[in-house]
Amino acid sequence: MDAITIEHVTKVYAPLWPWHRSSTVLSDVSLFVTKGEIFGFLGHNGAGKTTTMKILLGLLRPTSGRVDVLGAPAGDVATHSKLGYLPEAPYFYDYLTAEEFLEFYGKLAGMSHDAIQSRIPILLEQVGLQEAQHRQLRKFSKGMLQRIGLAQALIQDPELVVLDEPMSGLDPMGRKEVRDLILTLREQGKTVFFSTHILSDVEMVCDRVGILAKGKMLALGKVEDLIDAHIAQSIEVVCDGVIGKQIEPVQRLALRILQSGTRCLMVLPGHECLDEILEALRRAGAKLVSIIPHKGSLEELFVQKSHGEG
Amino acid sequence: MQCLFAVAVNTFRETLRDKILYNLVLFAVLLIGSSVLLGTLTIGEQARLVNDLGLAAINVVAVIIAIFVGIGLVSKEIERRTIYTLLARPITRAQFVLGKYLGLALVILVNIGIMFAMFLATVRLSGHPIHASLFQAVELMLVEALLVMAFALLFSTFSSSILSATLTLGIYVVGHLTSDLKMIAEKHASGVIKSLTATLYYVFPNLETLNIKGQSAAGISVDLGFQMIATTYGLLYTGLLLVGACLIFQRRDF
Repeated sequence: MDAITIEHVTKVYAPLWPWHRSSTVLSDVSLFVTKGEIFGFLGHNGAGKTTTMKILLGLLRPTSGRVDVLGAPAGDVATHSKLGYLPEAPYFYDYLTAEEFLEFYGKLAGMSHDAIQSRIPILLEQVGLQEAQHRQLRKFSKGMLQRIGLAQALIQDPELVVLDEPMSGLDPMGRKEVRDLILTLREQGKTVFFSTHILSDVEMVCDRVGILAKGKMLALGKVEDLIDAHIAQSIEVVCDGVIGKQIEPVQRLALRILQSGTRCLMVLPGHECLDEILEALRRAGAKLVSIIPHKGSLEELFVQKSHGEG
Repeated sequence: MQCLFAVAVNTFRETLRDKILYNLVLFAVLLIGSSVLLGTLTIGEQARLVNDLGLAAINVVAVIIAIFVGIGLVSKEIERRTIYTLLARPITRAQFVLGKYLGLALVILVNIGIMFAMFLATVRLSGHPIHASLFQAVELMLVEALLVMAFALLFSTFSSSILSATLTLGIYVVGHLTSDLKMIAEKHASGVIKSLTATLYYVFPNLETLNIKGQSAAGISVDLGFQMIATTYGLLYTGLLLVGACLIFQRRDF
């Protein structure tokens, strides 16, 4: 069963005044996230990621299309007891202490006093804020706010966690901790839907990704499948004792040739031409140093898709 | 309901931690200062003036809190984006609006309660009698503050803080002049002006109904029937405004 279903969603902001233009923020966006999956939502600033998340939570209404969250239409308040949300660059009530803050959100989630009291220390430990339990949020750093934001999103142990840029504002150690936390959530069978700019995080933790640009869904699927389907594979060959440009097959087939003294590095478009090149190099008396298959990266895919080259 | 009360308690705590009760110090200084300064007057006049000043000060402070804290109730949550995480919880938008209102109503109730207790203590220490009419005046002041706060909340669900404050202040001023509107409607020859002023008279709240400070200060009580009708009128009007605020907030995009 899908945790999130978004079908042909379009969001158009009507102009405030007749002489203004309407703006289309999302255009025919469709995606699904199955239960227990970690889904990475990629896109530049202004691509429409936050808008999509706000629609999921019922903070915005789509102009057209259908959105279901945990089997109910988006905005159905009853399902909110089963989800947690961390907005981008969160700002919370700065006069509350970390403990009071989590207590407030626990009450909003419908939890009992005892359940809240037993959950708070666990969460604070999970996000590394045990020391700050009685400190007011106004004295928190940006990274600490991000962590306490994560804690509030998880207060009632939700089925679905929606995180908008959860790694922003965190140092490398903090990012690793959030990544680990997301992986722990998967182990617990939770569904995580998160947006990010940091592609290495996505490659490490996501089951599937969606790439959004200018309000349009450009790619959707498993990271490896998308890279295999959209990014050409290449092979890097390094050898000694030859001038690459003087060998005919190399000159004809290589995508790039770099020469440094008698050492030559050539980039080949794929393994189909590898035998022919190796044969030619052997005949020319070259000494082979290395052959490295170069796999496409998510970054290449992201750049290609978001520049409309795909 | 748990959500509604959680929001109310949080609003109460937020407002108190914003040091809103500091106004009580100013109020105390004003009361004590005025009773000392008025000490030279004759006994009858002194009692009336202390009552007048005390009731007016309670009224002004309550209305200022109602307007200037009231307009920020919802708009501050939107500006700070705390509204996102709140509405992502199992709470309806109406519960949120009513919770915010209830929290500030509690602040105003506590504030008026403390001010009134200080006022009564001053009256007693000055050796003046405490009339039942003073309680009547303060009860209607509370109703007026609740009504003004509902206006502030209603405006803040669809406009900026500055516009909300301006509109609420405007309503407060016009609300105290509605009897003049009625007089204009009765005396003016032009049919258009007559119907326009009559409409305004019925649409705007008649806040003068809730103002019995003058006679209360003189120790004259109002009829209990009037007191009940005025209270019901104020609370019904407040209820309508809150329904309007919930309906508008329900339709908002964030």
